[in-house]
Parts: sequence; C-alpha cells; structure tokens
Amino acid sequence: FAGLADVSISEDIPVEGEITVPVGSHSPDEDYSTLDEPVRDTIMRDLKAVGKKFVHVMYPKKSSALLRDWDLWGPLVLCVSLALMLQGGSADSKDDGGPQFAEVFVIIWFGAVVITLNSKLLGGTISFFQSLCVLGYCVLPLTVAMLVCRLVLLAGSGTISFVIRLIVVVAMFAWSTLASTAFLADSQPPNRKALVVYPIFLFYFVISWMILTFTPQ
Amino acid sequence: ASPVYLLAEFDDAANLLAADPDATTISIDEPAEIPKNQHSRLQEPGREEDDELLGTDDSDKTELLAGQKKSAPFWTFDYYQTFFDVDTYQVLDRIKGSVFPVPGKNFVRLYIRSNPDLYGPFWICATLVFTIAVSGNLSNFFIHLGKPTYHYVPEFRKVSIAATTIYAYAWLVPLALWGFLMWRNSKVMNIVSYSFLEIVCVYGYSLFIYIPTAILWIIPEKVVRWVLMVFSLGLSGSVLVMTFWPAVRDDNRRIALATVGTVVLLHALLAVGCLAYFFDAPELDFPAPIIPAHNKTTVTTKSQ
Repeated sequence: FAGLADVSISEDIPVEGEITVPVGSHSPDEDYSTLDEPVRDTIMRDLKAVGKKFVHVMYPKKSSALLRDWDLWGPLVLCVSLALMLQGGSADSKDDGGPQFAEVFVIIWFGAVVITLNSKLLGGTISFFQSLCVLGYCVLPLTVAMLVCRLVLLAGSGTISFVIRLIVVVAMFAWSTLASTAFLADSQPPNRKALVVYPIFLFYFVISWMILTFTPQ
Repeated sequence: ASPVYLLAEFDDAANLLAADPDATTISIDEPAEIPKNQHSRLQEPGREEDDELLGTDDSDKTELLAGQKKSAPFWTFDYYQTFFDVDTYQVLDRIKGSVFPVPGKNFVRLYIRSNPDLYGPFWICATLVFTIAVSGNLSNFFIHLGKPTYHYVPEFRKVSIAATTIYAYAWLVPLALWGFLMWRNSKVMNIVSYSFLEIVCVYGYSLFIYIPTAILWIIPEKVVRWVLMVFSLGLSGSVLVMTFWPAVRDDNRRIALATVGTVVLLHALLAVGCLAYFFDAPELDFPAPIIPAHNKTTVTTKSQ
C-alpha cells in the first residue's frame, strides 16, 4: 500500500458520472404506456417488426433479431398467401389434383412443429416458438417463387416456362434452406448439426415440389 | 491401475494369445471390429469387447443398460430425449449397416447396442413417403408424355396414402412382432430378446434401401424395376432375417420358420404394393420419348 500514498485526486478535477442504473428497454412499465397510443401506432410497430424480419431473411446475416423478438404474424401471412396461390390448380373436383388449402396449411405448420420438436429432442437450445418463427419466415423466398411461377404461367406453359420455373424454384429453395440453417444451426451441438439440417432440407423440398408441380386448370 | 495401463494390458493380452493359443483365456472374435468400436466409447474398451465376445448372450446386460438409461418418467420431455441420443456418425453407421448386411452379424447387437433411437426410423419413413410419391409422379409423367390426351396432375392424394401405409408398416408390424416374441418367450426360454424400440429401429433402418430404389424406379422399364426390387428386398430382407433368426431359432422349428417367413413376406408385400400403386406400368408401345417438341404439344393441350 506504500505506492498508493502519493495517489490523490486533485481538487480541480470534477468527479462526474451516472450513479443511476439504466432501466432495461423491456420493463413492464413501458408496456402499460402503449395502451394510450393510437391503434395506428401499434399496428405500424408490429408491421415494421415483421418487415424487418423479412429483410433479415432475404439477407441472412448472423443477427439475433429474428430469434430474440419472435412473432408468428409473418409466418401466418406467408403460409396463407402460399396456400391461396397454390389453390387455383385444383379448383374443380378432379380427384388427383394438387394440394388443397388445408393440406398446404397443415403441411407447413405440422412440418414446422415436427422439425422444432426434432431439434429440441436432439438437444438444441432454441426455444419452441423461436424455431417456429424462423422456419415460418424462411418460407418467404418460396412464396416469392410461387408468385413468379404464377406470373410465368400466365404468359404460357411450354418448355421454356417450365425451365424458368425450375430455375427460380431451385434457387429459392436453396435460399430458404440456407437462410434457416444460418439461423438455426448455431443452437445445436456440433456433432448433430447434420441431423437437424436434413429435416429442414426435406421440409423446404416438399414445399418446392408443390410449387413446381402447380398446374393451372 | 490408470486407464492407460488397462488399455495396454488388453493389447498385451491379444499379443500373448496370438503367441500362445493354448492359453485359457477368452479369444477375441473379430479384430476388424475393434477399430470401429474405438471411435464410439473410448473410455470403456472392456465393455465393448465383451459385447463382441458374448455376441447374442448379453441380453441381460443390455437390458440392465437400457433400464439405467430410461429412468425419467414417461410424461417428461427428458424421457423422449433419451430416444434421440445419437450423433450424426452413429446414424450414418446404422444406415450403412442396414444397406451392407454382414453375414452372421446381428444388426441390433452390432449397431444399436442398447441405444435405440427414434430419429432414424421416423425420418427414413418420412423421406421414403415423399420419395415414393415424387418418384411415382415423375415416372407417370415420363411414361404418359407422348400421349395427346394426357394432362399432368400432381397426384397429391397419394402422399397421404403413402404416409399411412409406410408409417403403419413401420410401427404396427414391429408391435405385432414384439407381442409375438414376448408370447413365445413366456413359453420357450430364448437367449435373445429384443425390446420394442429395438425392433422399431431395425425395421426403420431396413427401409432405407427403398429410398434409392424408389428413385431408380423412375426408369420406365419393367425388367429394371423388378431387378431393383429383388435386389433391395434381398438386402433389407437379409438384415431382418439375420436380426430375428437368433430370436426364434430355439423355438419349435416350424414356428421359427413361419415367423421369419412372415417377416420377409410382409416386407415383400410392402415393396410390391408400392411399386404397383404408385408407379404406372410402362407400356411397351410408348417408349417415353423426352423430345421437346412432344413436350410442348402435350402440355399446351388444354383438357376439355
């Protein structure tokens, strides 16, 4: 302690700083104050959150925004629009047509639940709804592919249109799989990563197959 | 003694045996097996070798091991997590073992080793369901391509039928077989007995060979399809036979043969049924040309 004897704070250096502890941004007090805001603000905030997640999916960087603030609005909107767009192919009573609305809906949600359960059973650290959120949002590239396919089919349905549709669907399928793997793979133990990625691959493959084989009546 | 010395002792024992065959010790059965075991549980070399040596006589030990593992009550999540306690290389090894059956080696004893998993059976069945549906659809498309009245349909109904059939086969047949083996066990003391999950595991992994077979069934040649069917039936059937023969061979001769025969018959029925239902018969008049001109005229024809 001898060396500290000559350390002293000079009188003319002001001591300043913050003594208060900063309050976290998710404190319950803030939620109460959103009751008084106009409805438009609430809706816009949720829409902006969903939009931000869409951007994260299209440019997958390893950010944790998708995982931290999960919501299921985006997946619901994507699933409903994809199921609606896949509808026109089997409007009449032909028996062996394409999937019905309910079938697409069930495949997407049931498939996402099964994959989430699978990754949790294999020892993943991600929570149930976070995983559902990621898998649902990563359907976005395939919804875009479905839109493109329908537009291309309006132009014609020959070989060229098939080749264009094939390329678009394959590209979007790769994008979806890579985006969801980028978000989900880190939460798995390293010696089981492939066991978790394969079901995701199968899931998006099935959705891509439904999109590619869509034929309008 | 530290573990390092124990390992050295085992190696020395092997060398001593090679030098002096009259020594009264247990002989090591398959030296080729040992390198494979070393990458699974390095800290228990003795137990691995004992499993190999005792072969089919270690049902007591494996049941003890199984009992120690699944101690969580069945309504907790941890209980089900014990059925997914496999790594990537273990799943790949089990798949390899189902595709290349080693004559005389039991799939359950060799690969499952009291760690049955539900990952393999579930996802192999799921893959098989979609592979059969997609391949059947593709093969029908190529077969009927030249016909002017053909309008392509995705045939989505068949996915649910395929799913029901394959999952029913992969779960109900093992249940029936397990019940039957339990009943025979109560009458005749068998050395080998399998738990329900081990039987589900064997059946699930034995279905793997049908996945590449279904993809190759797209080829619209009858001879090719039947050759593929016989080949894959032979491989997966032999895995099943080599698994279940030791479990019934101490029983009445006729019952043993009937059991193994039924196992193979059901397996064959599944394959034949899938081929017949999902894949249209290729007619020899239309050799399924893949010419772009035909493609255009066919697809743009609107159905009335």
